[in-house]
Amino acid sequence: MWWRSASFILDRNDNLLQDDSVPKPESRLLSPPASYMAETVHNPNPINKISAYYQTRAAHHGVVTSDWLAQAQAAVGRDQPSDSDTSLKSSASVKPFSVIEEFNNWRKQPDLAEAVAAVRALASVIRSSEANTIAELQSELKAASDSLKSWDTTSISLTAGCDLFMRYITRTSAFEYEDFNSAKSRFLERAEKFGEISYKARKIIAMLGQDFIFNGCTILVHGFSRVVLEILKTAAESRKVFRVLCTEGRPDRTGLRFANELAKLDVPVKLLIDSAVAYSMDEVDMVFVGADGVVESGGIINMMGTYQIALVAKTMDKPVYVAAESYKFARLYPLDQKDMVPAVRPIDFGVPIPSKVEVETSARDYTPPQYLTLLFTDLGVLTPSVVSDELIQLYL
Amino acid sequence: MDPRRAPRTVIDPKVRQVGFFAPPDRSQSVPLPQSSNSPSSTPLSDLSPSGNSLSPVMIPPPRHLSDLSSLPITAGLPPTRLSPPVHRFSGESVVPIGSYNPSEFASPSVGDLFEDKNARSPGPRRSRGGGGSAKIASSLPAGGFELPPEVKPKSLTTVSVFSNLRPNVTEKLVEKSIESQDGSGANSKQPLKEKTSKAERRALQEAQRAAKAAAKGGNGVANIKTGKSNSVQKKDNASVAAPSEKRLGDHKDKDRKKDVPHPRMQFDDATRVEKAKKRAIVKQTEVRNRVELFRHLPQYEHGTKLPHLEYNFFSLNSNSVHPSVYKVGLRYLAGDISGGNARCIAMLQAFQESIMEYSAPPERALNRDLTAKINSYISYLIECRPLSISMGNAIKFVKTRIANLPLTLSESEAKANLLSEINHFINEKIILADKVIVRHAVTKVRDGDVLLTYGSSSAVEMILLHAHELGKQFRVVIVDSRPKLEGRLLLRRLVAKGVSCTYVHINATSYIMHEVTRVFLGASSVLANGTVYSRVGTACVAMVANACGVPVIVCCEAYKFHERVQLDSICCNELGDPDAISKVHGQKEVNHLKDIADNENLQILNLTYDVTPSDYVSMIITDYGMIPPTSVPVIVRELRKEQIWSG
Repeated sequence: MWWRSASFILDRNDNLLQDDSVPKPESRLLSPPASYMAETVHNPNPINKISAYYQTRAAHHGVVTSDWLAQAQAAVGRDQPSDSDTSLKSSASVKPFSVIEEFNNWRKQPDLAEAVAAVRALASVIRSSEANTIAELQSELKAASDSLKSWDTTSISLTAGCDLFMRYITRTSAFEYEDFNSAKSRFLERAEKFGEISYKARKIIAMLGQDFIFNGCTILVHGFSRVVLEILKTAAESRKVFRVLCTEGRPDRTGLRFANELAKLDVPVKLLIDSAVAYSMDEVDMVFVGADGVVESGGIINMMGTYQIALVAKTMDKPVYVAAESYKFARLYPLDQKDMVPAVRPIDFGVPIPSKVEVETSARDYTPPQYLTLLFTDLGVLTPSVVSDELIQLYL
Repeated sequence: MDPRRAPRTVIDPKVRQVGFFAPPDRSQSVPLPQSSNSPSSTPLSDLSPSGNSLSPVMIPPPRHLSDLSSLPITAGLPPTRLSPPVHRFSGESVVPIGSYNPSEFASPSVGDLFEDKNARSPGPRRSRGGGGSAKIASSLPAGGFELPPEVKPKSLTTVSVFSNLRPNVTEKLVEKSIESQDGSGANSKQPLKEKTSKAERRALQEAQRAAKAAAKGGNGVANIKTGKSNSVQKKDNASVAAPSEKRLGDHKDKDRKKDVPHPRMQFDDATRVEKAKKRAIVKQTEVRNRVELFRHLPQYEHGTKLPHLEYNFFSLNSNSVHPSVYKVGLRYLAGDISGGNARCIAMLQAFQESIMEYSAPPERALNRDLTAKINSYISYLIECRPLSISMGNAIKFVKTRIANLPLTLSESEAKANLLSEINHFINEKIILADKVIVRHAVTKVRDGDVLLTYGSSSAVEMILLHAHELGKQFRVVIVDSRPKLEGRLLLRRLVAKGVSCTYVHINATSYIMHEVTRVFLGASSVLANGTVYSRVGTACVAMVANACGVPVIVCCEAYKFHERVQLDSICCNELGDPDAISKVHGQKEVNHLKDIADNENLQILNLTYDVTPSDYVSMIITDYGMIPPTSVPVIVRELRKEQIWSG
């Protein structure tokens, strides 16, 4: 379904617009060369299911130009009604309201995580709802969250965020004795609270995580995680002296951006190519990674390369710390690497690839819990096995 | 109050010592069955006055009779009672030993003697020991305790009355018995002792007795009564008599509590085994060569119980075990019902039937009386086959529900309430849970998978069939093992449905594992540390799978979870029929162990369950979703919150 939705257009816009942004000085290193387009790389699977999640992230961290935003918004607006008709009961009203639109509006703020955007969009569903009964409101919310989830099935945090929101909002027994309006305001109250919690999560994690950074330590970082950045920022602000090794993070070179951010904070940074992890692991004291999703087993799903870093770190007895907000906890349980919804992302090799050559385009991998030391979440510092505890409690 | 407590506190240290000093214990219990050829039995029968008239094992039935005859009994006794009087005189003199022996001799020998050696015990007599005694006991209480008949609850279970009765007897006969026992008891004991021939063991045993006697001395009752100073035998005898006297007063409650033997009773503790034996409905015979490491588990001869029970079916007393429960027990015994869910459902349904036909006696509260009733059923079922953990949980549930019944409910309402609760349990915790498990598990089956399963698990079968119905393209490897070969039934059903299957024995696991992509296993229970308690062989399969990097998925309903932690498969297990291993089913001529089966050096171990460490388990699929083995305590905790098995 979702390729007919706004995301498809967003993706394309993204690709096109990134080319425009090349001249920007800050992103000189970061922006892909002109041959970036997916067409140059022959994709053996002609299905163009490029993960919207990763596209969004690329957009956020890379180069978001104002005209791109404008265009995207226009595109979203155009594509809008077809979505809302099917997904929302409130479309019968005069001013059609769409979660997707709302979501995309929120999503455009680079600082805002996807799940938080989803939560805010869902909160506005409640606000603009014209339902008269609680059941109606709930089904409306359900439809909205379903449409959000199907908008991008590859995003774990979006799905998890929507699910958690629904659990959080609807799991209350006090609704019976209240009249509808107060119940609705109660919903709203909770929704806003949840949004606030989610928004503050990063700060909480930063406070928790920075305790683990000691003076003179060397930290290996993989991928561009806003939470990890926040932790390092907090540690740097509290005058801790540490060194960071950044992996390059092919194909979207997230490590380069991360190094850029750290350089701004005057933290000594060293860039590694992804294949130099094992080489430099002996000088590393701890590994910090973010997570796209934390799964039931306590393992994480994260950017490609996390698994091998965790393996190397485990072999060399270095702790692996994961920073993840609790809205990324998902009721998934991958048994192995292939046991996930594939999130595909184009890879630029710089040279044309012969059509006979297959390219592994998966964007993420699964790191089993036994390779992780601790998870920093807004619920506290957890061992991997507690994740399932929290999840069971939430969903029971 | 405290004198009654005393024997218990004394017993406790003894448990531990008996456990450590298994050999002396063995020497006492084993010689009897061996008596056919071992020299140690000859002194026994020669020296003891009782021995020449009647072997000690014959005693239990006559004892009741002698007691009955000495009491003014108005209640009609069943006709079976009329046959034994012949033995009564001989029984009379032996009685004291009977009251003493049980604590000393492991009763399994009783059955053995009946079976193998004693020409004087005809078949009907044997049956009377079990079912017949039940009849006597149930009719007895009115006279036996000289209590107002209306106070006497009609529905007192066989079991409780039975044990009430015994102490009464012993107490009466103590005085008379001691004299004879001094001679007979000591003599009969002497040879056994000598056989152990290890001084320190003996010393320890003496010390243990002394300690017991000292504790007993505190209450003094027995000692004063017997008036004898310090013979070891007397003390022991006294220890039997003393608690019995106390018990007379408030026997009801106490015996109620003791009704159900502990589900994990230590069978190397002779006294407890003996107590349980006395209450038993099922006649059980211990196997000849018990496996030393597993002495704490019941090791009975299979095949001897069933005919006996079947024989008793029509003479069943309505007061003891409800026919439907009796039937279920028989079917457990015969192996008709196997598999955790099937057994549990059968048991619950039998309970339902019995509750339906139940009516509380006028003087008693329903929930109390019904609990006692259920307890007696359970002890019967345990005798048929040890309970599985899932059944234990279901029983806890039933009992909690009974205990929580509001007193304001009328009987019919309470019964309807209970019936629907049990129905609810069956539907929600077992049937619906299975459906949820199937739904979750099917998501883990991809096209092109090769799924391996071991034995025959109902949940796994449902998963495979459902995945097949969904049109997934996969292959199944069924691993099977002797002696049950349950996998063949599964194989038959799967092949009939058109699933492509491979059938191998467990010996080939390591070979076949390389082509497998997923291992699906059933479980009898999952313990709090993530350990999976399942059909023996499962651990082996899981270990091989883990070594080959194949994910191991355990499918288990949450009601089978247990908060216990178990590290090995020794401390709690079930032992199957050793003959099943030595013989090949369907091929009578293949029995290579036949000639050495009685050899003392051969101990055949047929283990039923084993434990799989959680390291080998990738995922547990329950009705609460897919969880890692580390989350089992979470489920147990949440379930307890739900009050499923509180209390």
